[in-house]
Amino acid sequence: MSALTVENLTVSYGDIHAVKGLSFEVRQGEIFTLIGANGAGKTSTLRAISGLLRHGGQVSLDGQGLRGVAAENLVSLGMAHVPEGRGIFGNLTVLENLKLGAWIRHDAKAVAEDLERMLTALPRLRERLAQAAGTLSGGEQQMLAVARALMSRPKILLLDEPSMGLAPKLVKEIYTLLKQINETGVTLLLVEQNANIALKLAHRAAVLETGLLTLAGDSSQLLADPRIREAYLGA
Amino acid sequence: MLHDLLYLAQQTINALQQGSIYALIALGYSMVYGVLTMINFAHGDLFMLGAFACMLLAGVVTPLLTAVPPILVFILILLMVMAVIGFLGAFIERVAYRPLRGAPRVSAIITALGCGLLIESLTLVIFPYSQSIPPLLANRTFELMKVADPAGAGAPLTLTITALQILIIRVAIVLMVALDFLIRKTRYGMAMRAISFDARTVPLMGIPVDRIISMTFLIGAGLGGAAGMLYGLAYPVIAPSMGILVGWKAFIAAVVGGIGSIRGAVLGGFILGAVEVLAVVFFESTYRDLISYSLLLVILIFKPYGLLGSAPNQKV
Repeated sequence: MSALTVENLTVSYGDIHAVKGLSFEVRQGEIFTLIGANGAGKTSTLRAISGLLRHGGQVSLDGQGLRGVAAENLVSLGMAHVPEGRGIFGNLTVLENLKLGAWIRHDAKAVAEDLERMLTALPRLRERLAQAAGTLSGGEQQMLAVARALMSRPKILLLDEPSMGLAPKLVKEIYTLLKQINETGVTLLLVEQNANIALKLAHRAAVLETGLLTLAGDSSQLLADPRIREAYLGA
Repeated sequence: MLHDLLYLAQQTINALQQGSIYALIALGYSMVYGVLTMINFAHGDLFMLGAFACMLLAGVVTPLLTAVPPILVFILILLMVMAVIGFLGAFIERVAYRPLRGAPRVSAIITALGCGLLIESLTLVIFPYSQSIPPLLANRTFELMKVADPAGAGAPLTLTITALQILIIRVAIVLMVALDFLIRKTRYGMAMRAISFDARTVPLMGIPVDRIISMTFLIGAGLGGAAGMLYGLAYPVIAPSMGILVGWKAFIAAVVGGIGSIRGAVLGGFILGAVEVLAVVFFESTYRDLISYSLLLVILIFKPYGLLGSAPNQKV
């Protein structure tokens, strides 16, 4: 069963074609990763799926076409997006950031329970609840960004390079968190430059090169593929 | 010596009145800048319309409510003025600014200036001559202190405050406290602050950005309208051009306080009120604007983002 289908997606900035006709499908409950180098079109792809960029082609969520659906209405349909660079609101407190993540929900009691569960899982956020989010370290900000996205109870979570700018130990922590999230039934679409760690986490993967998909398959297959090993894993 | 102190105290009371009006107007500039990084140059004219709306509404409402205590009539008219001017502000954003949101910044500036001129000219067509606002409340003067003239010849010097001054300061403070609560404690306030930090990410939370921006204009313009009404009660002769100078001054107050900062706008407004009044205490009154704006420029040299402002976010 497909959670998200992307057909012939194109994104252009003026004369520059950043994404040149991508098609892929993310299945219910899986972790799907798009790997690629800088400038391959990863962020453009995610932003187009989220309705933040004008794009060609067709994106469907649970079989429902998203053409004409504004970005702000996708959250109610069950899609959450952790943007590139985390996008936390540095002038707001950690708690306020989390509350904004639950904007679309009106079940105050369940929101409070989710918040409590989130803070139990991420005790470092609890310690810093009243602090301005901008004062958090990079790893904490990334955790906050993921936690904030989860506050909307998404069915599918889009993640744009969660490992960016983090020390290896923190990357590991974030990835453990992502695995746990997936185990609760949330589908993940992960975009990464760090092919090694992304392929190890994901079930299936595709390689994005200058706006086109070049390889796709099970991530274990891609991990073993000599072309991948040479280009992305430095082996 | 005592006379000088008394004179200074009197001017401080006047400064508080003037400052609270500047602060209310400055809030509108600062709020809009916060969410859109745009200066709403029509804001001074919305302030002017607040005074005219008060005059028109007073003409209709007061005769109908002769049995109602005047203070309630005043509050009713104030709320009506705020609603009318607030919706007008949100309407201007919807029809004039929103279509240009992706356009170069200079287009937005020209449009805002154009909206201001349009409002002013239309008002001038309807009211070619200065108008006067009827007093909504019986004004009383309270004598706080009285000192005999040391020369013995002149009248005794007094320190006074009028009921109207107390009312203006009180209304302004209530509105500012309410706004501070809204911005700091409610989810709409959180959304406004989030937009001012990073508008691109806000839709990803499912937050309707356009609706929050409309609300910001509604509130900002509503406060400007309230300021216009209070100003009109303090200086009852009103004209369509009254928004220009007061609007510019409040804009400067917002910049000095740190544009985009709510508390900065309030601080800037009171500082400007104080500087203007004190400039007249110590120098010739013709030098008032020269001295006050030189001082404000000096503040900006040392604090280029204003007293409570911060440097723009470094975005990735």
